[in-house]
Amino acid sequence: MTMILQVEGVGKVFGGLQALSDVTFDLPQGQILGLIGPNGAGKTTLFNVINGVYPPNGGRVIFNGEDVTGSKTYHMAHRGLARTHQIVRPLNELTVRENVIVGACFGREGHGLGQAGKVADEVMEFVGLAVRADQLAGSLNVGQKKRLEMARALAARPYLLLLDEVLAGLNPSEIAGMVEIVRKIRERGITIIMIEHVMHAVMNVSDRMIVLDYGQQLAEGTPEEVANNPKVIEAYLGDPELAERLMRDSDEE
Amino acid sequence: MDFLFASIIDGLLLGFVYGIAAMGLTLIWGVMNVINLAHGPIIALGMFGVYLIFTGLGVNPYIGVVLVAVLGLLLGMLIYYIAVHRVINAPHLSTLLATFSINMIIIGLGTAVFSASPRNVDFSLGSMTLGPITLLGSRVVAAVASLLITGGLYAFLYKTRQGRYIRAVANNRDAAELMGVPSTKILALSFGLGTMLASVAGALIATFFPFTILAGGVYELKSFVIGVLGGLGNPIGALFGGLILGVLEGIIPTFMPTTWVPVLEFVLFVLILLVRPQGIFGAKK
Amino acid sequence: MSGIRKYLGLILAIVVVLAMAAWPVINGKDITREVVFTMLLSVGLASSLNILLGYTGYVSFGHVVFFGLGGYVGFYLMAVHDWSLWTAMIAGGLASAALAFLLGKAILRLRGGYFALATIGVNEAVRAFINNFDPFGGPVGMSLNFQVYKNYGGGAREALWMSFYILVALTLLITVVTYMVRSSKFGLGLLAIREDEDAAEVMGVIAPNAKTWAYVLSAVFPGILGVLFFFKNGNIEPAPAFRLQMSIEMIVMVMLGGQGTVLGPILGGAGYQRLRGFLLTNPLFKNIQLAVAGVLLLVIVLFVPAGVVGWVRQRFPKLRRVLQ
Repeated sequence: MTMILQVEGVGKVFGGLQALSDVTFDLPQGQILGLIGPNGAGKTTLFNVINGVYPPNGGRVIFNGEDVTGSKTYHMAHRGLARTHQIVRPLNELTVRENVIVGACFGREGHGLGQAGKVADEVMEFVGLAVRADQLAGSLNVGQKKRLEMARALAARPYLLLLDEVLAGLNPSEIAGMVEIVRKIRERGITIIMIEHVMHAVMNVSDRMIVLDYGQQLAEGTPEEVANNPKVIEAYLGDPELAERLMRDSDEE
Repeated sequence: MDFLFASIIDGLLLGFVYGIAAMGLTLIWGVMNVINLAHGPIIALGMFGVYLIFTGLGVNPYIGVVLVAVLGLLLGMLIYYIAVHRVINAPHLSTLLATFSINMIIIGLGTAVFSASPRNVDFSLGSMTLGPITLLGSRVVAAVASLLITGGLYAFLYKTRQGRYIRAVANNRDAAELMGVPSTKILALSFGLGTMLASVAGALIATFFPFTILAGGVYELKSFVIGVLGGLGNPIGALFGGLILGVLEGIIPTFMPTTWVPVLEFVLFVLILLVRPQGIFGAKK
Repeated sequence: MSGIRKYLGLILAIVVVLAMAAWPVINGKDITREVVFTMLLSVGLASSLNILLGYTGYVSFGHVVFFGLGGYVGFYLMAVHDWSLWTAMIAGGLASAALAFLLGKAILRLRGGYFALATIGVNEAVRAFINNFDPFGGPVGMSLNFQVYKNYGGGAREALWMSFYILVALTLLITVVTYMVRSSKFGLGLLAIREDEDAAEVMGVIAPNAKTWAYVLSAVFPGILGVLFFFKNGNIEPAPAFRLQMSIEMIVMVMLGGQGTVLGPILGGAGYQRLRGFLLTNPLFKNIQLAVAGVLLLVIVLFVPAGVVGWVRQRFPKLRRVLQ
C-alpha cells in the first residue's frame, strides 16, 4: 500500500500549552480517516500542522513520500493537499463560481481561467451548488457555505482532502447529503481525513479512526475498535463507570 | 560637551510634550484600533485654543491649557459620535478616511478663519540657569505638566470605574459588552481622552513655539513615530518614545545637519514597524 | 458570451476616458486642456492605486512616493543628463517599480493599519532624504532649461499639447492594464487575497509574490506620470513631489468611484477634480473648499462606502457586466 501521508512524532506547543504531543500515524491512499476527540483536543491544530499553517515544534510530516514539514500552505496546495475550514471562510465579495475557480486556478493542477471555469462548473454540479453559481458567496446560508468550502477544495483536484467539521451546524437531511458527497469523493480515489463530532456519520463513513485527547493519541483503529475502547468513552464522558455501563448496554443490544 | 548636554536637556523637556501628543494617538489606537488622522489638526486646535484664550480674553495661558483640555474632551466625543461610530467595525480604510475627513474639515475651516499666517503666545516665564545650561521656564512647566497628565491618565485608567471599562474594551470589546460595559460610551470617552491629550500637547507647545493652523501635521507624524517606538496602544510607552525622540532630536544635530533628523526618524520608524511592530517596550506576542 | 459583450466593461471605460480627452481637442482652449490634464492625471493615479487598494485590499497611504520618486529620477536625467522625455519616463517608471519591489517583500507582511503607517513612513523618509540629496538639488529641487521644450515641436504651447496627448495615451494604457489584471488569473488571486489572505494561501495563492507584483504594477505608472507631470511643470521640489495629501486624495478618488472596479477610479478621479475645481472657483465655497470636500468625503465613507460604481452594481445586478 502506498502511504499518502505519514505523520511522525509531531508535537506543537502554544505558549506553554502542549497542543499536540508525539502524534504518529500512516495514512494509505484511498482511505477515509476519521479524527475525533473532545473540543480542544488538538484536531484542528493537527490539520494546521499538516497543511502548513504553522510548523510543528517536533516531528516530521511526509506527504507522497516527500518531507514537507514546515512547508507553506500554498506549497502544500500545489502538492495536492486541500482543506475546508471549521469556521467557513468564503471570499464574500466574489461569486460562488469565482470562489471555486480560485480553487481550480491555484490548486494542484493550476489551471488557466478558461479550464478552471469548466472544472468549477463540474464541481459545483457535484456538490449541488450549480444553481447558486452567480450569487455572492457572502449571501449563502451556513449549509451552502460548507458546500462551497468543499467545492473549492475539490476544484483543486487534491490527492488528500482535510475536512474540518463539514457536518457541524447542518440539519439531518443536509448531513445525509454531505455524507453522500464524502463517499463519492472517496470513490474518485481521493484520500480523506475528516474531523467530526457527528459520531454516527463519521463512524459510518471512516475506514479507520484516530482519537485525540489533550493533544495525545488516545486510540486508533477501526470504528468498532474505537467505539469499544473504554479510554475513549471515558475521555468523552469523563466518567469511567458511566462508560462501563454504556458498554454493557451496547453489548446487550 | 556642554553644548551636547544642553541639547539633550532641551530634547528631553520637549520629549515629554511629544509623549503627551503621541499618548493621545496611541490611546485611541489601543482601545479601538483606529489611526486618528485628525490628530494633527486637533493639536493645532489646542494651540489656537490657548492663543485665543490668552490674546482674546487675557487669561493666563496655563488656565487656558485646562480649558483646552475640557474642550478637547468634548470635541473628541463629538467626533466619535459623528464620524467614527458608524464605521467602527468596518475595514481600516473607512476609519482612516473618516478621521481624515475631519482633518480636512478642521484645516479647511481653520484656514478660512485664522489664515495660514504664524501666531505665537507672547507670554514668558523667564528662564533659569543651572551651571552651563539655561532652562526656559515654559519648557520646564510643560514637561512637569506632561508628567502630571501621564500620572493622571494612569490613575484614571486604573483607579476609576470608567478607566477600568476603557481597559476592558481595549482588551476585548465583545467580552466587555457581554459583561455589561456600555461600549459605545466608553469608545466615545476614549476618543475624547485621546483628543484631549492631543489638544493639551498642542496647547503646551504653543507656549514656546510659534505655530499656524497647519503646524499640527509635523507633530502628527512625530506621534506616529513615537507611538510605534513605544508600541501602538501603550500610553506609557508613548511617553518613553517621546523622550527618545526628543533626545534624538537634541543629539543628531550636534554631528550632522538638522535636515537629516527626519530621514533618520522615518527610517527608524519603518524599521521598527518591520522588526518589532509591538514597539520597543511592547511585550513579544 | 459574444466577443463585444465580453469586453463591454472595458469599452465603456475607454469611451469615458476618450470623451474627457476629446473635450479640449474639440474646443481648442488651453484652459480646458489644463483642466482635463489634471483630471486625467488623477484618473491614471487612482486607477494605478486601485490595483493595490481595490483589488488586493492593501491601503497604501504613501502612494505619492512613487509619483515623486519617478518624477525626480526622470527629471534629473532630463535636466542634468539631457535624456529625452521618452527614455526619462521609462527610467522614472522603472525606478518606482524597483522601489516597490524592494519594499514589497518587507512591508507587505504588515497588515491593516500597520501597512498604512509604514507607507506613510516610507514616503516621509524618501521626502526627507531627497531634501538632503544634493544631486537632486536638495530643498530647492531642479528646473528644466526652457530650451528643452524646443525639442518637442517648437514652443512651450506645443510641448504642453504634446504632454496632454501623452497623458491621454498613458491613461488609456493604464485603463487597459487594470482591466486585464481584473479579468486575469493573477487578478483573481489578488481579489482572493483581499477577501481573506489566509484562506487564499490555503487554496494555493502565493500571496507574498502576488502582493509584491500588485504593488510593483501600482507603482510603475505613477512613476511615469510623475516624470510627465514635472516635465510639463518645468521644475520639481520635494514638497509638491511627495505631498502626503495627494496620496490621500488618490484614495478618496478610488473610494468615490468604487474600489475594485475598472470604471470606478476613472469616474472617481475625474469627478473629484471637477468637484475640486468647482469648489475652488465658486465664490461661496472658495474659502472653505477643503472643509466642504471633507464633509462630502465623510458622507461617502459613512453612507456609500462602495463608491458610485459599487453602489450601482449592488442596486442593479444586471448592470454588472457593463460596469466593471
